[in-house]
Amino acid sequence: MCNQAVGLVAAELERRGIATVSIQLLRFIAERVRPPRALCVPFAHGYPLGRPDEPDTQHAVIEAALRLLESDLRVPVLVDYRGE
Amino acid sequence: MLRAYRWRTIDPVPYAKLEKPLADCRLALLSSAGFVAPGQERFDESIKGGDPSFREIASDIAVSTLIDTHRSESFDHTGLAKDPNVAFPIDRVRELDERGKIGSVNQRHFSFMGSLTATRRLTHQSAPAIADSLVADGVDIALLVPV
Repeated sequence: MCNQAVGLVAAELERRGIATVSIQLLRFIAERVRPPRALCVPFAHGYPLGRPDEPDTQHAVIEAALRLLESDLRVPVLVDYRGE
Repeated sequence: MLRAYRWRTIDPVPYAKLEKPLADCRLALLSSAGFVAPGQERFDESIKGGDPSFREIASDIAVSTLIDTHRSESFDHTGLAKDPNVAFPIDRVRELDERGKIGSVNQRHFSFMGSLTATRRLTHQSAPAIADSLVADGVDIALLVPV
């Protein structure tokens, strides 16, 4: 449900001119909901940026997500995170 | 249950083209992990379909003070309790700013509770209100993190 909620809010921001990128934890939900730009991560629910107190991993995921903002891929963009 | 639920589909998919480098962009953070700041009202577990409200989180929040009030018991909450950056990575965002990877961190961010089966109030009330605030703030980009 969280994945859907995030996608729906992202869509509203995009309609208002704000470029968004969403983390997504379940690919089949992201494919159904279609957030404008999303990075699908291989982590468990409750751990969208990986394990706690691992800032390097958190940075790697966030920076991979932000790179999607600069890509020329057509929306909806859904890319799998493949690690640092 | 997840496969049987009638998921909303965004159609058409809106697209705001990034018009400047990331290093010049103002970023806001949005998390659906149900965090509230000290003194803020908890998300209401009793609302049918889920609590569609949102909380404004100041950018200078000490991340360790965030309180997890997400109602779902379907995931492990211990990571959020140990390090709220896992779903509200404000420390990481500040570091991106310090490193010059983004232009600036917005002065406020938004928290909501993503365990919503009924989404109309989210899409028709909360999301437009959040968008109004971020547009007024001059935000260029937003990072959204579910849980």
